[in-house]
Amino acid sequence: MTQSPPIGPEREVVIRVRDLKVGFGDRLVLDGLNLDLYRGEVLGFVGASGAGKSVLTRTILGLLHKRSGAIEVFGHDLDKLTFQERLRVGERWGVLFQEGALFSSLDVRQNIQAPMREHLRLSQTFMDGLAAQKLDLVGLPQDAANKFPSELSGGMTKRAALARAIALDPDIVFLDEPTSGLDPISAGDFDDLIGTLQRTLGLTVFMVTHDLDSLFAICDRVAVLGHGKIIAVGKIEELLRSDDPWLKAYFHGKRGVVRAGAREASRARLSPEAPSVRR
Amino acid sequence: MSVAPSVGREIGADGLVLSLSGDWTIAFGSKLEASASALAGPSGKPERPSRAVLDLSAVDRMDTAGAWLIDRGRALLEQAGMATAYRGARPEYALLIKEAGYKPDETPRPRHPPHTIALLSAIGESVYVSGQDFLDGVSFVGRTVAMGLRLLPRPARWRWTSMTYHLEKYSVRSVPIIALINFLVGAIVTQQGIFQLTRFGAGPFAVNMVGILGLRELGLLMTAIMVAGRTGSAITAEIGSMNMREEIDALRVMALDPLEVLIMPRLIALVIALPILTFLADMAELGGGLVVSWTYGGMTPVVYISRLHNAILPETFLVGLIKAPFMAAVIGSIASIEGMEVRGSAESLGQHTTASVVKSIFMVIVMDGLFAMFFAAVDY
Repeated sequence: MTQSPPIGPEREVVIRVRDLKVGFGDRLVLDGLNLDLYRGEVLGFVGASGAGKSVLTRTILGLLHKRSGAIEVFGHDLDKLTFQERLRVGERWGVLFQEGALFSSLDVRQNIQAPMREHLRLSQTFMDGLAAQKLDLVGLPQDAANKFPSELSGGMTKRAALARAIALDPDIVFLDEPTSGLDPISAGDFDDLIGTLQRTLGLTVFMVTHDLDSLFAICDRVAVLGHGKIIAVGKIEELLRSDDPWLKAYFHGKRGVVRAGAREASRARLSPEAPSVRR
Repeated sequence: MSVAPSVGREIGADGLVLSLSGDWTIAFGSKLEASASALAGPSGKPERPSRAVLDLSAVDRMDTAGAWLIDRGRALLEQAGMATAYRGARPEYALLIKEAGYKPDETPRPRHPPHTIALLSAIGESVYVSGQDFLDGVSFVGRTVAMGLRLLPRPARWRWTSMTYHLEKYSVRSVPIIALINFLVGAIVTQQGIFQLTRFGAGPFAVNMVGILGLRELGLLMTAIMVAGRTGSAITAEIGSMNMREEIDALRVMALDPLEVLIMPRLIALVIALPILTFLADMAELGGGLVVSWTYGGMTPVVYISRLHNAILPETFLVGLIKAPFMAAVIGSIASIEGMEVRGSAESLGQHTTASVVKSIFMVIVMDGLFAMFFAAVDY
């Protein structure tokens, strides 16, 4: 990494979650959760299935209502945004939904251009160029631009959705299981891509993932969700040394051990000097 | 805090030097584009140097959009025959330009044919498609009948739960709206009948009119149209979204026929529901007639009922009811066929749902006309 996140108390917090409570019916999914996301870092977010990872993501994005607590994004309290501020926030974050959530009646090019068209005034040539560039960045062939979402394979859908998420060069990108359903090579490329964007753009990435390779390869910090709270957060090395039984099972289980060996290899693969796989 | 992107040009010893400064980010939108077009500059100037240097040392911020524009500017200069180079870029921006730089777009866009040809082709296509629709309908009816015959001796394979569930949804839950609109139609027809017929001194014959017209035609027609809009659209949307989400493919690979699992229960439920609803509609229509004859015509309910008794025969009532199952089968089949044809996009779902309702209502009215001719011919 050429640009590691700044260390020390002056690190800028882009998302601050305090004492967040979210529940459905009489069940509290998130119970007093605290989380800070620093500018320029890649935060991996893990937890058992059903622990509430998606609930947290959707609550931060404003798609679910919270019972109590506060969420600040770029220093703005999400509850007190004016319409204009809400628009600005919408320009500054991009989301890759788990299923892609591409607009099914638009082709891929129009999908990528949708946020540009809605938020900015750009010429069509420029937008076409940017769409082509985003396709290239996410590793899609140019002829995918004219395809409709229903004609894409699973991996292509993920890439197209990422291209749309980064269309406005957002400050924060939310990725919900970006590498699930991708083959290992594509998943590695995806990690490379996110790493490149993070280094060059100073992108802040909030990544929900179960992909241990991604956690090792690109995450600066990893947060673990359990019992409605963050039970551990820190560098992956610290978490590996933890005595928490769930963490042990997660990182040192059957699948974890195999991956831990591959960790150095994936680090080497991602170093900026190494030639990129795609080019 | 943020400074708009700008370009400075000067011609030095080592050729053209373009000094870029400010924030080259997409947030500047059209300003960013304008600055970028200044990069290529007023082309065709006489003093065109052979070398150009893009000095990025004063660029405060750059994103992928900025990188693309800057690199496109460089590519344009190169096209104009200059050797180009970057200078003073921060390492992360150099990497950004390398990763997100400009690439000439060599993939051709799909070309659209001229309007006249597109119009002709659209007409041809719609003719072909309506032929195809007809064949699809025939094939669907054939498969449904075959499936019905196959299931007939095996009541254990009938989907009782699904059938009763849909029967409840299609019948019980539409009773209020069907009763209401038919009550109103009955009332309106009787009111107009009284007004018009009184001029000939035949006011009380409005009862005959609402009795015969309501039972033979209107009760069924209004109900069938309502059901096409309410239930037909629901069937198309349900089956269509199952189709979009690969649920129907999942059924197929389990060796289950969607026709048997999804369509038959709905079709049977609808065929049972529509006659029941038509009966209720008839009653509501006569009720509407009763209220209006009383209020506008001053006819007591006892007189109304006895006049009605003289005016209508059991056949009058049966004519309406006989048609109901056929209408139900047509509505259900069109809704199912359209549902199975939904592809991928949300737009397609909307299109087919609309088509389902429009075709159903059209077919209901056409069938009603055919029945009218048939009953006239057999003197029923």
